[in-house]
Amino acid sequence: MASDTGTGTRATRLLGAAALVGVAWLLAFGLGFSPRDRDQAESVRLLYVHVPSAWLAYLAFIVTAVASALYLFRRQHSLGWDRLAGASAEVGVLFMAITLVTGALWGRLTWGVFWEWDARLTTTAFLFVTYVGYLAVRRLGGTHEQRARRSAVLALLAVLEIPLVHWSVRLWRSLHQEATVARPDGDVKMDGLMLFTLFVGIVAFTLIYAWLVIHRQRTLAAEDALDDRGLDAAIASRRADAEAVG
Amino acid sequence: MRSGDAVTTARTALLVAGKDLRIEWASRVAVNQVLPFSIIVMVMFAFALDRLPGVPGLEDTILETVAPGLVWLATLFSLLILVQRSFGVEADDGALDALRVAGVEPAALFWGKTLALVAQLAVLELLLLLTALVLYGTSVRPSGVLLLVVTWIAATFGLAAVGTLYGGLAVGTRGRETLLPLLVLPVVAPVLIGATRAVEAALGTGGTELADGWPWLGVVGVFAVAFGAGGTLAFGPLIDE
Repeated sequence: MASDTGTGTRATRLLGAAALVGVAWLLAFGLGFSPRDRDQAESVRLLYVHVPSAWLAYLAFIVTAVASALYLFRRQHSLGWDRLAGASAEVGVLFMAITLVTGALWGRLTWGVFWEWDARLTTTAFLFVTYVGYLAVRRLGGTHEQRARRSAVLALLAVLEIPLVHWSVRLWRSLHQEATVARPDGDVKMDGLMLFTLFVGIVAFTLIYAWLVIHRQRTLAAEDALDDRGLDAAIASRRADAEAVG
Repeated sequence: MRSGDAVTTARTALLVAGKDLRIEWASRVAVNQVLPFSIIVMVMFAFALDRLPGVPGLEDTILETVAPGLVWLATLFSLLILVQRSFGVEADDGALDALRVAGVEPAALFWGKTLALVAQLAVLELLLLLTALVLYGTSVRPSGVLLLVVTWIAATFGLAAVGTLYGGLAVGTRGRETLLPLLVLPVVAPVLIGATRAVEAALGTGGTELADGWPWLGVVGVFAVAFGAGGTLAFGPLIDE
């Protein structure tokens, strides 16, 4: 812990500043310098939020899975890995929600509907629900070790579940008619400046992700420490009571 | 694991399954509550979906068309209740801890509880299919019986394995009644999709070809194997305190 008053350190403050600069760049390029799209006009600017947040959500869930595996299979069973997994999943759920909302808005503008029963959309929605469930399991209670083991196993089961869901949903869609509206990924010929703006978006969102996860991980560590201290205090007061009676 | 251990595990699993089924038989909860619940769900589906107004010739066929999906949906709802029940009896009086202390392997426990669920679900699904035949006007064609039976077995194993796995996760904690559906329903989506399509093909719903059903059975089969293996490995760390 850096100080008694917050979870910030010199390094995270630098990281936060870099993230702010990245966001400012993204705003300038996303809303200003990058061109309108020939077909999608201004709505193409949703791309610079939608794609980076989707990308970061996937990264976050991969980090959760890896950290969970490290918790379970390393001999020390360090709670640090567990808290990293939890922090990353929380931030991942946030980014996934941003992805779904911006995707629905964009879909309304380009396809005419908020939701399309497309394989990738459906899998994304399942991914979101799965990690909402994962976060609920983290709050089930019990000792820190119980929480860590339960949620680590769950995160690894999600690695088993998600490909199965994706596979079955893809098969499911193949029975129905192909989407007749233009796919955003199919026909967007990426302009150089658009591609650069997207790149700026990914860098900015990655910095935000790192900043959020580090802070959240430290908050979780502080919460765990507070729990432990509360337990120690309760035991001490019971002992004192017992001695006073005895 | 030595081969002797595998035999012991299998025997212990059968003992656990027998214990669960005897508890069910004695309490009659599955028969007196879960089964009537699933039937009333089928009736409610009929209230909600019975007619397709304004489409000449198709007005009364909608229930028949969606019957395979409804049978599996009713099964999923019943699965949630059966899993709550299956772990409710373990949470009382620390029965699960007692089993663990008695040296019952987690894998044997997992398979025992899974098999007990398989037995209950299999009967339930059969009765739901009969309900669909009676209430929804569905019919079974002889050529589809093999696909129907294999799908029935594979889907039941898959659902029971997932139910046991996630039921064990939250055993003895507060809020598990509300948590279980959130965890289980997204996971069993492939079974709902695959088993529905396979049964549609087996029954010939809406003119579906029988051959279309076998790939869907593949989805259900892979799912059952994956979660059977996953449960065998993961159940120990999940319930170990």
